[in-house]
Amino acid sequence: MSAPTTPMIEVENLTKRYGGRAAVRDLSFTVQRGEIVGFLGQNGAGKTTTMRMLSCFMPATSGTARVAGFDVFTQADEVRRRIGYMPEGNPLHVEMRVREYLKFRARLKGLSAGRSRERVDIVTEQCGLGDVATKVIGTLSGGYRQRVGLADALVHEPELIILDEPTKNLDAHLTRAVRQLIKDVSKDRTVFISSHLLPEVELTCTRVIIIHQGAIRESGTLDELQRKMSAGQQVIAELSGPVPDLREAWEHMAEVEHFDIAAAEGNFHRCSLTPRAGVDLRPQIFELAKARGWQLRELTRTRHSLEDIFVHVTKREQDEA
Amino acid sequence: MQPFLTLVRRELGSCYVSLIGYVIVAAVQFLLGLSFVIVLQALVNKPFDVPVTEAFFNNGLFWLVMLLAPPIITMRTFALEKYSGTYETLMTAPVGDFQVVLAKFTGALCFFMSAWLPLLAYPFLLKRFSVDLSVVDTGAVGGTFIGIFLFGALYISLGCFASSLTRNQIIAAMLAIVIGLGLFLLSYLTFIIPPKPGWQSALLQHVSMIEHMKDFTRGTVDTRHAVYYLSLTGLFLFLTLKVVESRRWK
Repeated sequence: MSAPTTPMIEVENLTKRYGGRAAVRDLSFTVQRGEIVGFLGQNGAGKTTTMRMLSCFMPATSGTARVAGFDVFTQADEVRRRIGYMPEGNPLHVEMRVREYLKFRARLKGLSAGRSRERVDIVTEQCGLGDVATKVIGTLSGGYRQRVGLADALVHEPELIILDEPTKNLDAHLTRAVRQLIKDVSKDRTVFISSHLLPEVELTCTRVIIIHQGAIRESGTLDELQRKMSAGQQVIAELSGPVPDLREAWEHMAEVEHFDIAAAEGNFHRCSLTPRAGVDLRPQIFELAKARGWQLRELTRTRHSLEDIFVHVTKREQDEA
Repeated sequence: MQPFLTLVRRELGSCYVSLIGYVIVAAVQFLLGLSFVIVLQALVNKPFDVPVTEAFFNNGLFWLVMLLAPPIITMRTFALEKYSGTYETLMTAPVGDFQVVLAKFTGALCFFMSAWLPLLAYPFLLKRFSVDLSVVDTGAVGGTFIGIFLFGALYISLGCFASSLTRNQIIAAMLAIVIGLGLFLLSYLTFIIPPKPGWQSALLQHVSMIEHMKDFTRGTVDTRHAVYYLSLTGLFLFLTLKVVESRRWK
């Protein structure tokens, strides 16, 4: 057992070339234990390639990757014992029954007969497969199949779960169910999940790594990314003050870079304020309204969705290219 | 060891739950039953000087089964897993490449041998209905089964190798049939090339499967034959392992 302080995943200058083309270029990142990290990128950005290297399915052209302190190339067996990997498209043996399949996978992963029975019971329960345990996998709906894949990834109690596009091709309801399941199982382990769907990552992950054309463009918690993006962020305030007073107030407020005043319903004026980078204007606006005796009926910050950040990041790349 | 046995069990299981498994067993039984009837009818009224096992197991129908059944059994071993993507879940489980190759080979070979088991009833049928009780020699039956096992092992390992090269089952089967047939047809060179003394004909004698089977069906298990088949089997398993490992070549 490795010391619990080593990061769950350490990737250094990982590169994978297919022929002359680099699918992944010089990737470096770290995932700490207990994190749920989203690996976000468009189709063909290098997500699956990275995950295949982490799961010891194929080697890197150069660079190193370690899982729980074990090198994925030289200590593949140790790594494989510690990860639960669900590949893209969730391939399953469709001719087997759910319970039979999970039992087979548990035994394959080295669990004793008794232990595998126990674990299969637990993951069947955990993934809501009780009703279909004796059904043939090929006859199951997409949502159930996804759960079977997830149950397989969990059955040997891995320290790290790697999920490649776990909600691909599922409808909204199923996506939600699977997402909840991922959240439930991630309580006591590290999860590394890839997706090209932004809401997916936004709702499940504590940290996001954005990859584009094989290289990392941004990484951080959602808040950090928000802050990085705050240059273009606006604060909207609807105040009851007269226009000249408002104009004068904004001109005197040093943190306001740019403002715009428009008439709104009633006596109110809608002010769109662009702050200097990184400043939150809202407390100051509230204080101002209080001091001047104006009514304040709306005060919001336009938050960037992950989608904005993503588009921004990948667009910058395309512009540079 | 446990992952190996688990995999063998799954391989065997997948043969017995699929239609293709039963089609193979049925085809083998049909062709061999047919050959049994033909041999019996040919021999019924005249004396013959070859053992029944040889007449029965060294004819066209026998070789048809021997050449066609293994590629069909093995075509799915790797190709189907690659095609359906389960290869990735298999190879990311804590199992060694060698265990995977050996398990797939063992599973397919066990299934193949099980398809021949009903044949054990034929000698008893003969003994029951024949006037001459010495007609079926236990040694000859044993030798025949050892021969079937050795041929089977070679063709199954060849089939696994072909299957590991592609993700298309049809291509895997065709490839295995072509290479297998090529190996078998070496025996016919002895008929084509006039038998004159020299190293060529000596060499052909050593690789002629028909000649080998003749020995086996007479109850002679020649170690040279056994070594020949076992080493070819080993070679194809080694090649399969290398193909499986090639995934991890840089």
